[in-house]
Amino acid sequence: MGLLAYGDTGWGDELFFATLMTIAVAAAALLIGFFLAAIFASFKLSKSKTLNLIGSFYTTVFRGVPELLVIYLFFFGSSGAVMYVARIFGYDGYIEVNAFLTGALSIGIISGAYSTEVFRGAIQSINKGQFEASQVLGFKKKIYYYKIIIPQMLRLALPNISNVWQITLKDTSLISVTGLVEIMRMSYVAAGSTRDPLFFYSFAAVLYLFLTFLSMRLFNKLEKHYSKGY
Amino acid sequence: MDLMLESLPRLLNATKLTIELTLLSLFFGIFVGVFFAILRTSKNRVFYFISYYYSYIFRGTPLLVQIFIIYFGLGQVEWIRESFLWIVLKEPYSCAILAFTLNTGAYSSEIFRSAFETVNKGVLEAAKGLGFNKLHTFFKIKLPIAIRQSLPAYGNEMILMLKGTSLASTVTLLDLTGVAKHIISTTFRPVEVFIVAGSIYLIMTFIIHNFIKYLEKKYNYQ
Repeated sequence: MGLLAYGDTGWGDELFFATLMTIAVAAAALLIGFFLAAIFASFKLSKSKTLNLIGSFYTTVFRGVPELLVIYLFFFGSSGAVMYVARIFGYDGYIEVNAFLTGALSIGIISGAYSTEVFRGAIQSINKGQFEASQVLGFKKKIYYYKIIIPQMLRLALPNISNVWQITLKDTSLISVTGLVEIMRMSYVAAGSTRDPLFFYSFAAVLYLFLTFLSMRLFNKLEKHYSKGY
Repeated sequence: MDLMLESLPRLLNATKLTIELTLLSLFFGIFVGVFFAILRTSKNRVFYFISYYYSYIFRGTPLLVQIFIIYFGLGQVEWIRESFLWIVLKEPYSCAILAFTLNTGAYSSEIFRSAFETVNKGVLEAAKGLGFNKLHTFFKIKLPIAIRQSLPAYGNEMILMLKGTSLASTVTLLDLTGVAKHIISTTFRPVEVFIVAGSIYLIMTFIIHNFIKYLEKKYNYQ
């Protein structure tokens, strides 16, 4: 247990901050994913064939290609892309893109592909009468979406959002290959310097179990809260 | 474009390992899954809890942690290194397959469990009435119905496992993702390599998807 001491002698504080980092990356990725999902779900539901195709392309690619490959694409590609843009503006130096940003972006794009399907399914399951009624009552499109459709949709989507969150949380372990110090990376460093990989990787597993357990409790509470009226 | 054509043979060659890992893990995983699904439906509390916590732990932690514990962690224990287990655990190849098997076993045990639960009670009573013994009822009636029931969910699990094998590259194996990463890190042309390797993965996903669809149609008894 001395290995987990808080402070200079053990890895307790390092692992604690690494856990916070995991939560931060996962939360950022989920939000990026929601943002993308809102756009691509509306593409998939639109009447335009081209937009439908773009939406399907996005979900097919990012749900069918391994997460690790997407991370490598962003890890090796992002600084190149940023430097390319910078060169247009006349800057020639080397730019390194922040590991947090690359991680959150790559996991966010994957998470978004799953969320797109969740949002689409939830909107489709809302009764058509709701749309018609809001139109008859003279609501503007923007208002009825924000006040009537989206609140109902979120309640229906909540169990699936919980699933997406769990997937996203576990996917963040893969960002460790880019060097961002989250649970997996910290355990790797600790295992290397103490030569006790069994202990540190098992402890990492416990931390992940703890996080998934906590989020399950939280989502169950939210589900109960939002289905009060039903 | 040149790089895409140049890297294609190497990536295709690495695809063999990806397919091998996927098929072997899925094959062993089915047995693990069915075994734990049966334990889960048993009335014995101990069996029930073993199966419950097995699937809880393997579904609640990232696959990467599982591979690292098996490959880096278990080799550290003295008595494992001296036992016959070491034959399996010293090679990254067999470690990867072990980790994937246990992982997919946990997910498929949940799929099979819910499939077993949906088997109509009347069917089982009919079997009893017709004088089938327990083994016959299980293999000839319960299992075929459960397999048909679990096909769509199991298809998803197959695709997840295909994507999961990419983690073999983290324990030095040169599967499709491993080779793709190697090419990217030597040429610094991530987009081209991503397009080629990603397309190969998508083609495999497409094949699995349609294979499951075909099976669903074939075994549709309704």
